[in-house]
Amino acid sequence: MSALLEVKNVTKRFGGVVANRDVSLTVRQGEIAGLIGPNGSGKTTLFGSITGAHAVDEGDIFFEGGSIAHLRPAPIARLGLLRTWQQTRIYGEMTCAENMAISAREAHGHVFSLLRPVPAATRRKGDDLLAFVGLHEKKDDKAGSLSFGQQKLLEFAMALMNEPKLLLLDEPTAGINPTLINGLIDRLRRANTELGVTLLVIEHNMRVIMNLAHRITCLAHGEVLAEGTPNEVRDDRRVLDAYLGVA
Amino acid sequence: MSRATFPRLSDWHIAAVLALFGLAGPFLLPTLATQIAFLWLMVVFALTWDMLGGRMGYNSFGNIVFFGIGCYAAAVIQRDAGLPYFEGLALGLVAGAVLSVLAAIVFGAAMLGIRGHYFAIGTLGLGIAAGEIAAGWDYVGAGSGMALPLYPGELGERELFFCYSLFALAACCFLLFRWIYSTRFGLALNAIRDDQDKADAMGLRTTPIKIVAWSLSAFFLGISGGLAANMIGFIDPRDVAFAGATYGVWMVLMTILGGKGTLWGPVLGAFIFHVTQELFWTWLLGWQRVALGLLIVLIVVFFPQGIMGWLAERRARTAS
Ligand SMILES: Nc1ncnc2c1ncn2[C@@H]1O[C@H](COP(=O)(O)OP(=O)(O)OP(=O)(O)O)[C@@H](O)[C@H]1O
Ligand SMILES: [Mg+2]
Repeated sequence: MSALLEVKNVTKRFGGVVANRDVSLTVRQGEIAGLIGPNGSGKTTLFGSITGAHAVDEGDIFFEGGSIAHLRPAPIARLGLLRTWQQTRIYGEMTCAENMAISAREAHGHVFSLLRPVPAATRRKGDDLLAFVGLHEKKDDKAGSLSFGQQKLLEFAMALMNEPKLLLLDEPTAGINPTLINGLIDRLRRANTELGVTLLVIEHNMRVIMNLAHRITCLAHGEVLAEGTPNEVRDDRRVLDAYLGVA
Repeated sequence: MSRATFPRLSDWHIAAVLALFGLAGPFLLPTLATQIAFLWLMVVFALTWDMLGGRMGYNSFGNIVFFGIGCYAAAVIQRDAGLPYFEGLALGLVAGAVLSVLAAIVFGAAMLGIRGHYFAIGTLGLGIAAGEIAAGWDYVGAGSGMALPLYPGELGERELFFCYSLFALAACCFLLFRWIYSTRFGLALNAIRDDQDKADAMGLRTTPIKIVAWSLSAFFLGISGGLAANMIGFIDPRDVAFAGATYGVWMVLMTILGGKGTLWGPVLGAFIFHVTQELFWTWLLGWQRVALGLLIVLIVVFFPQGIMGWLAERRARTAS
């Protein structure tokens, strides 16, 4: 499998805080990669660096072989690299259906190409994806009126609507009703296998990530601590120590 | 996609009544023709303000600049082009529209990157600066303003002419904007309002979208400026063209009163505001400013969502 995303020796500082130090990571075409690490270990910061939310201080980032380290978020998204947020970001005053419609890939187009009604096919696709995440009944509700967990699901559906090649998910199961988590894992897998979206998932729930990911990278104090298959990472002494606060 | 418009069933009824009033009103009430003309001007003010303030979440206190540019463009063309009245007026309106759009592109590129209160304050400065520049510029009459050429028609015809022109402008503006809000462009504006960083991260071209939105507002404001200047017959840099403290504030107020980001809110707000003002203003003698201030407080405290927003909320509550 070829590398879709390559993070090479990235360092990112916020004032005195080194949030990422010399981080390297590869996501291969078609896989589900996991990113774990204790609170404050720099996982979300790495997502921000990859998607252009902030410039990196050192290192470079490649998507499909081209450097994206100096691009802004919108051009990166148009290349097919998208993220979701830990705190979720949706368009709160718009209905779920409208959230889906404006997340379609064709909304990337030039400003005057937007001066057309939402095509029926796009609306159907939005409906289908809302049904896919179990929000079809909420279609005409304001997105801001949904619960936190439902907003997470909506944000996931919006991302799929955009047809990304690579999707970075920041704690997709946080706030989701525990009885629904297995269903969500199943949907993440189906997004990967059926829709062909490569995934990089930040996850605190060990059961979820061990189940889902093909390979896992563990960060601690902003540095890569370990990487490998779920079993290798789980059995790594340093990972255990990091989570117990020994390292 | 059903958009929140209340009362939904009677959209066409409202439109029909307004069209009837627009067409027959000036005939039936010829003494009120000028007042009705100003009413349509207020509708244009509110509709154009809502494009940014309501739909896109950018509160501009500088939209008056485009109106002022429209005033001066028409006045200068009509003074210098040596054309008969109507030809001069037509050319002046075109020039006003073009210059206003150009100004919106330039100001937009410079200012639409600024968010929230900073944008509001920045645009406020824009309006004040424009008034000061006009007041110090001899080519446009400096502080003493400019007089517009006399309307050539018979007595009373002039009022009707501007009444119908401004009605046509308001109707075009309403219909075009209504269509725009039904397209993906309208959704994109709402997305920028709700979370601009998200919209960026989803690949939307937010900067061109914002500039085009402001340009559309500027287009109609520029034309309205030329018409209003001719109707009033005289432009003062600070009290007519760049009248930020009156027109500039009213734009905001009317939209919020009616309900920003709604289809009928700006129209309703303009009607209520203008009629109340005409009824009570003279009666208030020197207290207009105080009354206006009080009105602002009342609207912001009791109708933060505006009348349409309040109605929609009530409907949602009774429905559930
Ligand atoms: N914008 C910022 N400004 C200053 N410091 C920041 C900023 N963003 C993150 N940090 C700091 O960088 C470090 C890494 O934070 P980050 O949010 O990337 O961690 P995380 O691994 O996502 O943690 P969590 O599991 O709690 O989400 C923390 O010390 C945090 O305080
Ligand atoms: Mg985080």
